[in-house]
Amino acid sequence: MALLDLANPNRFLAFARVSIPVFSGLAAVLLGFGIWRGFNVPPDYQQGETVRIMFIHVPSAWMALGIYTLMAISALGTLVWRHPLADVAAKAAAPIGAAFAFLCLLTGALWGRPMWGAYWVWDARLTSMLVLFLLYLGVLALWRAMDEPGHAARAVAVLTLVGFVNVPIVKFSVDWWSTLHQPASVFRLDGPTIHPVLLTPLLISALGFLALFLALHLAAMRNEILRRRVRTMRMLAASGSH
Amino acid sequence: MDLGPHANFILLAYAAAAFVLSLLVIWVVADHRAQVRAIDALESKGVSRRSGARAR
Repeated sequence: MALLDLANPNRFLAFARVSIPVFSGLAAVLLGFGIWRGFNVPPDYQQGETVRIMFIHVPSAWMALGIYTLMAISALGTLVWRHPLADVAAKAAAPIGAAFAFLCLLTGALWGRPMWGAYWVWDARLTSMLVLFLLYLGVLALWRAMDEPGHAARAVAVLTLVGFVNVPIVKFSVDWWSTLHQPASVFRLDGPTIHPVLLTPLLISALGFLALFLALHLAAMRNEILRRRVRTMRMLAASGSH
Repeated sequence: MDLGPHANFILLAYAAAAFVLSLLVIWVVADHRAQVRAIDALESKGVSRRSGARAR
């Protein structure tokens, strides 16, 4: 099936019916294995046992950034290419991205308290991640503020694109400013600085988070398509033209 | 397994992740059921989409 075929909602629903169970199964296996491996690695020489929080904190951060990037691409799809499923994809992704951003902030606070002595500091990485979470909430609020999906889609697309400027700020905040948060240790031009013993379960866990997102996103997109069909059917019923 | 003096922070982080991710799954499943129920109710009243395609 070509990617463009999925622009047809009926073909997308058929694709979702098959792929949601596949991604759900993959997510269960990868998350189970990754977290099991994460609890069986030796403690970090500096951070001790608390390093195990990394296996959920870091994938949550990657997902929060990746999902917002996907929403920005979808916003271009809405405004420029007028792809019929672009705003469906963006709307379905927003609550999932918000949940991952929230998880990143929460697990970061629970990691920060024993390591830094504080749940929260106003350093550039933490603050820009908080801004990302607030952007997600703003996008969700704007979706709910308008009844007509087409009008809401264009307004949300503009907000999403404006907010995208924050994504590179989150990523490079640890390089541009002096932060309490550590610098990047996986996605670096000179390769990861994290030991393979810790890197392997981290990557497996991250793949599990990605599979879970794909399953949730496809399911949420399917729900949004059905919601719009319900809306259309109700309007037809109200106009008496069914 | 001994998680040391900060075990509470580690376990709370994993519990929070399990809770939030479970909420997402429950939300998606419940929303799907609600939409399917709404379509069934409309179809039982004779309302159909103009294209004639099945709503689900």
